[in-house]
Amino acid sequence: MSVKFNPQQEKNRLEELAHRILDQAKRVGADACEVAASASVGLEVQARLGQSEKLEMMRDQSLSVTVFVGESRGSATTTDLSDLALQGTVDAALAIAKVTAPDPSAVLASGDQIIRNVPDLQLDHPWEISAKQAIDLAIEVEAAGRDEDPRITNSEGGSVSSTRGISIHATSEGLMVSQPTSIHGISCVLLAEDGESRERSYAYTQARRPDQLVSPEAVGREAAHKTIARLNPRKCQTAEAPVLFIPETASGLLSSFISAIGGVSLYRKSSYLLDRLETQVFPEWVTLEENPLLPCAIGSSAYDGDGLPTRSQAFVTDGLLSSYVLSLYSANRLGLQTTHNAGGVRNLVLTGEKSFEELVSEMGRGLVVTELMGQGVNLVNGDYSRGASGFWVENGEISHPVHEVTVASNLDRMLRDDLQAVGSDIDLRRSISTGSILFEKMMVAGS
Amino acid sequence: MPTLLQNVGESILKQGGLTVDDLEPLVGELAIGGVDFADLFFERSEAETFSLEDGEVKDASYHRDAGIGVRACVGDKQGFAYSSEITASRILEARDVAVAIQDGRAPRGGINLDQVSTPKLYIAKNPIPETAASEKITFLHEIDAKARARSVHVTQVQATLSISYREVLIAATDGTLGADIRPLVRLSLSVLAEKNGRRERGSAGLGGRYDLARLLTEQHAEQLVSEAVDQAIVNLESVDCPAGEMPVVLGAGWPGVLLHEAVGHGLEGDFNRKGSSFYSGKIGQRVASKGVTVVDDGTLLDRRGSLNVDDEGHISQRNVLIDDGILVGYMQDKLNARLMGVLATGNGRRESYAHLPMPRMTNTFMEPGDANQLDMIESVERGIFAVNFGGGQVDITSGQFVFAASEAYLIEKGKVTAPVKGATLIGNGPQVMSAISMIGDDFALDAGIGVCGKDGQSVPVGVGQPSLKIDCLTVGGTA
Repeated sequence: MSVKFNPQQEKNRLEELAHRILDQAKRVGADACEVAASASVGLEVQARLGQSEKLEMMRDQSLSVTVFVGESRGSATTTDLSDLALQGTVDAALAIAKVTAPDPSAVLASGDQIIRNVPDLQLDHPWEISAKQAIDLAIEVEAAGRDEDPRITNSEGGSVSSTRGISIHATSEGLMVSQPTSIHGISCVLLAEDGESRERSYAYTQARRPDQLVSPEAVGREAAHKTIARLNPRKCQTAEAPVLFIPETASGLLSSFISAIGGVSLYRKSSYLLDRLETQVFPEWVTLEENPLLPCAIGSSAYDGDGLPTRSQAFVTDGLLSSYVLSLYSANRLGLQTTHNAGGVRNLVLTGEKSFEELVSEMGRGLVVTELMGQGVNLVNGDYSRGASGFWVENGEISHPVHEVTVASNLDRMLRDDLQAVGSDIDLRRSISTGSILFEKMMVAGS
Repeated sequence: MPTLLQNVGESILKQGGLTVDDLEPLVGELAIGGVDFADLFFERSEAETFSLEDGEVKDASYHRDAGIGVRACVGDKQGFAYSSEITASRILEARDVAVAIQDGRAPRGGINLDQVSTPKLYIAKNPIPETAASEKITFLHEIDAKARARSVHVTQVQATLSISYREVLIAATDGTLGADIRPLVRLSLSVLAEKNGRRERGSAGLGGRYDLARLLTEQHAEQLVSEAVDQAIVNLESVDCPAGEMPVVLGAGWPGVLLHEAVGHGLEGDFNRKGSSFYSGKIGQRVASKGVTVVDDGTLLDRRGSLNVDDEGHISQRNVLIDDGILVGYMQDKLNARLMGVLATGNGRRESYAHLPMPRMTNTFMEPGDANQLDMIESVERGIFAVNFGGGQVDITSGQFVFAASEAYLIEKGKVTAPVKGATLIGNGPQVMSAISMIGDDFALDAGIGVCGKDGQSVPVGVGQPSLKIDCLTVGGTA
């Protein structure tokens, strides 16, 4: 048993369905129509305490139809791709389009805007691994972690997953594009115990190409080190202090920033960065760019959710907000031009020059945040308050683990006024990747 | 009159050429070799959403899904596959994957399925086609008008009506043959208020397992509008929230999300079987203040978290988790119950046929005490009175949990004073449960909006509690 997937065959099948639906929509009176469909196959295994625990085969497919009647639209989705179900789906979308109010902003990308030739970004790579081999890898990653330290007393297991799929996008304006993708991963969750103290942590690797994955030994050992390092935490005193986010926690700050300059937040007037184009939002040495066309990268795509070609572009240039993140729809709502970002940003990177150790040393005294909990980000006004754990830094060195504290400030103030330095330790496992980020001050609430 | 099982069976199975009578032999195909438990989970669902924004319903969608999940268990091992095509051949293909968790193929003889008699905790009908789309849209317009009329400061109104309908059918090698029909409706409202250049949001929602005739009422519209608009207006005046440890008084109802995080997840059977929860091995021990009784109850009428039978066909029940401060029970699905040598508790839930079941909460709440909310507030020199919350999260190993206040006030010298900005509250489950010093007489369940996430799976849940005074909790403000 392994992941068997034929992208060409699936592409043909879904394209044929898309053509049929476009025809059918026209026949039943729709003025325009959009079809998005996807199919994927995946394998996920988990091993715990040296034994296989879970073997799961995933096979998913879904199709969504949006039909336009005049300026009104309706959408429907289905996972049943039988003729009868597809017909019902188009009818359901049409019935909705007949009762919704007109929305002049909702238009399909026209024939001269849409992507014509989709470059091969090498996003689909098979992992020739049987279920048995995957289980062995899962056992291996967990064993590497459990063998690392006697204080690793328990485990939630090692996991291995491999998924391949294809998505197609078609419109009555002539768009018919598809992109096959794959994603493979190895992860491990361990528990450590020392006296009364019990902690968990995890490590993972994920990539589009199996040979880009970190070795199971390295993942297991990293999980063990992270778990052990959390043992016997203390609370810290409530005080204003410098705070250093590691790449895994810093990435969320950038995601919030991107949401705040995203079309939806802007046209809903629910962003703290409303009307801030060309004003300072980061220190002047920061430039924030996306590179959607990187081969093999996690966030890559040749076209956006509107079927427009993606492009490398900056959102922040020398600290100034140089562009919003807009789709065709949100751009129309705002009376602006689309930035070809329907579906978000792709391979956004924020990087600096200093190593993590140099940042810790520069901070001198303060909190390193390695884990965040809860939501606690209010995009309307930028207020930020989240649960955190990590390490206390004293004299430029990590002193002891910290837990049960909160870090609070305001995103605008943090990113514009208090951002002191960015590390070179970027985390490329995510579509929004950054080095560690050091803030001059946040309110840390503890005891 | 056809039974619920017959109705569901026909609705889900007919298209693929199957009938309820085919289930026994199909389940028999799973009872092979070393497989000690296996089940088939059939599901058909529909969902419809209408959204109002800028005073118009421009956006609406309809979703339908159906499929079969096939699972085989051997000890603590699970093999699982699913298909969105419900035919005998797809089921057998999925069976081949699921049973590959072990090597044996020898058949073990027939299975006799025994129909679970389904309780009737909510209506067994589909709310989607019963009401005309125009009526649904008109109601959202009424909410919009009411929200704008309530305050001149309201600048944006987003109202959403979500209706879902789910039929499930479970057949298992332990003889279980269960079915359920689950309607679920929900209204949500989010408003933005603006004053002197300051913008704040307020939100509210309500719903349950009932039809639209009961959901779309004048009274519900008023309730939703007053809650969301007033929250936004209050937040327009909010001051910086203090930071540090202090007493916290929680309001009744939705603040019960505290229990969901601080207690609930840590008492799910899988974590306790694996010994990974901070409550592992603590049955019979004191884990909360005297007077604290926490219950998970899937049998409450019409509630969002209720189930007639769980997703393993087990009749849902009322489970006392903490009795007068003593830990007395965990929440179990069949797999973990079997491995721990206890009874399943009706908490086996899954997001859909494409997900494995796990022990999950239903409606989790704390029983009332006899204290008065005013007395709680009067007993606080300096602290926080929190009445509304966003979501929360817990680390079930260390017990550390958070929940985020979206409407809260300062308490100064025993009096509620200024509203404070939203802040995250953080604590340790058992410690916070032991720091509860007053339990109110004003018990309330939430309005029916909870969604719980675990291992990437979302399920609807309920929470509830009376007002509570917690002597010491860390408040994540900026002042």
